[in-house]
Amino acid sequence: MKDELKIRVVKGPDGVEFEVEPLKDYYCEAAPTVMPAAYIKIVEDLFNWARSESIWILGFGTGCGAIEMRPLMTPRFDAYRFGVQWRPTPRQANLFVISGYLSTKTLKRAIRSYEQMQNPKYVIGLGSCTINGGMYWDSYNTIKRLDDYLPVDLYIAGCMPRPEALLAGFQDMKKLIRAGKAEGANLYAENFEWYKANQKRVIHDWDMPDYNW
Amino acid sequence: MRELHTKLISLFPIGELTEQRPNLAFVTVPQEHLRSVLLHLRDCEGFTHLILLTAVDWLEEGQFQLTYLLSNRTAGRDIGLRVMLARDGATMQSIHDVWPTAATYQRELREMFGIDFPGSPRLHEEFILEGWNDIPPYRRDFDTLKYAEENYSQRPGRETRDPAAHMKQQLT
Amino acid sequence: MTQNAPFFTPDRSQYPSKKADGTLDIDLASGKYLKLWQGPNHPGITGNMSVELTVCGDEVVEGKTHVGYLHRGFEKLMERRTFIQCFPIVCRICVPEPDFNEYCYAAAVEELAGIQSPERADWIRALILEMGRINSYLMYLGGQSGALGLGVIGQWTTYARDLMLDRFEELTGARIYHMFIMPGGVRDGLPEGFDKRMEETLREIESTMKDVYEVMFCNAVFKKRTVGVGYIDPALVDSYGITGPNARAAGVAKDVRKDQPYLIYSQLDFEPVVGHDSDIYTRADVRRRDVLVSVDLVRQMLAKMPRTGALMATVPNVLHWKIPRGETYIRGECSRGEYGYYLVTDGSGYPRRVNVRGPSYTHAMTLLERMIVNINIADVASLMVSLHTYPPEIER
Repeated sequence: MKDELKIRVVKGPDGVEFEVEPLKDYYCEAAPTVMPAAYIKIVEDLFNWARSESIWILGFGTGCGAIEMRPLMTPRFDAYRFGVQWRPTPRQANLFVISGYLSTKTLKRAIRSYEQMQNPKYVIGLGSCTINGGMYWDSYNTIKRLDDYLPVDLYIAGCMPRPEALLAGFQDMKKLIRAGKAEGANLYAENFEWYKANQKRVIHDWDMPDYNW
Repeated sequence: MRELHTKLISLFPIGELTEQRPNLAFVTVPQEHLRSVLLHLRDCEGFTHLILLTAVDWLEEGQFQLTYLLSNRTAGRDIGLRVMLARDGATMQSIHDVWPTAATYQRELREMFGIDFPGSPRLHEEFILEGWNDIPPYRRDFDTLKYAEENYSQRPGRETRDPAAHMKQQLT
Repeated sequence: MTQNAPFFTPDRSQYPSKKADGTLDIDLASGKYLKLWQGPNHPGITGNMSVELTVCGDEVVEGKTHVGYLHRGFEKLMERRTFIQCFPIVCRICVPEPDFNEYCYAAAVEELAGIQSPERADWIRALILEMGRINSYLMYLGGQSGALGLGVIGQWTTYARDLMLDRFEELTGARIYHMFIMPGGVRDGLPEGFDKRMEETLREIESTMKDVYEVMFCNAVFKKRTVGVGYIDPALVDSYGITGPNARAAGVAKDVRKDQPYLIYSQLDFEPVVGHDSDIYTRADVRRRDVLVSVDLVRQMLAKMPRTGALMATVPNVLHWKIPRGETYIRGECSRGEYGYYLVTDGSGYPRRVNVRGPSYTHAMTLLERMIVNINIADVASLMVSLHTYPPEIER
């Protein structure tokens, strides 16, 4: 365990000493809950319409796919015209694009980033390597199936997918959201134990709380 | 490169010169003389740039080969120094005080090959891997496919052929 | 702090005291220091890596680079693949400039197998490498200005890069991973009318660079935040393994294209771009001028290139391809510095060992950790971008 995660005694500015246990004190350890639909269908439809028109992507380039994000942000492909934009922090984002292979070291950060995102939230797996390992099917350091560890709503195949493929993927994502079929976050909450068991099987030094938001 | 080799061989007990290109040659150096050869090349012969430091695992011969590649920019030539180490309990003296960048290479070699460099800074911190619980992965006896199959679930339906077996089938 | 440091950088190195073994005495419980992670999920970081900063106030007292987030174990995977199976995966090692992997790998295999690639293939290889260099620099300029909040440069350079990607697509059939430079030669020649469209693209890039110069390099804020910041002592260039524009900005004319000309660079007329002040501004300026040199080189190559002749040398049947025992090192000057492949073969159909020497390996680890001390937190992103780091080539 890293030094900064160990229990330590801290002296405050007023001279009072108190004990800090980073893993307990810095995070709220409460399991995620299923978010129910609105009480009436037309309200839920309105919500879904609004959600589908404001897809905010977490700007976390986890793999090579991040290189096609920059052309998407610029006038040539201009994803902004579809209401898609990139946000720097997980708190402001609702779509996590896993851009390519995830090494186990990044998987740990990806899980934390995903759990810090607010509901409703969606995940897109980008590239063949998120689907079945792709080029790295025999690598000792990359995961082979993303949906074992995070609830994936949509996959975009290719190595690497062109910006047009991403735009088409965003359009499909919108359709899924509008139809109320993008239920990844609820799936994660329902099968929380299963996902956690899978995650802990590949991340050997688990030094974070089970759920942190 | 020949005249450099004759100069070196009069000073140190080094091996034969393998000339790969007119401006690139490899030479085997005994482990205990490596540091003095490096310092001589750096200070007297103008090989001031350490290009890379890496290891090759000769599993069948029970040896690690460490390669120190040096470059002399003004003369436009490179020399590679090979050091053979016994594979079990491989230990080598650190050269981080000669080239500060060597510390990073040595960290990688310790993690990926399990070669120890006593005294090198931050040697035992994790560099690339995190929570690794197997033998160092760049060793030849580490089977990456087996590890991947044991640890990560594959999606059913994918046809993957082992390149080695497939090639054997093709070659017969 | 070296004595050559610019006079307006105050010496702030006395903050933490040193322990007997030379490490800094940083007591987190004292409340004087704060540990901050910049990355991997952070807008001010170059790709998927992170820097662990210990700060005192807003000044960095210690920085540690953490890499490995993109490690796929290429060097291990290639030991399990035949020589031709390695060819499609090597370009995945470095995303923004993949062609150097293809070239270095192909040249190393050719040298050990005793194959001579045809002259026309060499010209096309050099053309692709220069096009990739322009792409990589354009991306850098966007990142460097973006790190200081000047977003518009990124919009312009990405547009210019897209035009160059179109030329790539025309030539190789792919935008990012071209898989074009095969062991033995290249896959295809130039398409019909390529020169004309290339000339249009080059003109567009030149006019973009003019705009970039006026808006970015003449900008008072940009100058104020980059001139004199992030100084690299020229004396460190060799001991820290600094290559490429970082070394050239320090006044050391290190350029593999001139020092050990490969491919057809000895037949081209160019001078390495050299700067003098060795700060962030000079490094950006060296790269901006290097784009113009590359544009000129592409023009020269298109004018001098032979249009007929073989594109592939005779390569043995790839299924039976065995290469005798040997080792070699092939290098090239990529946009960040010296890129090299160290290939060892043992007489079988598989490489014994491949080692990739990425220039970021030395820049982002030892050099950055040294330079980051005494820098303001706000300048960390700009300093890191100015070293032009691509994390995938550090950990492969």
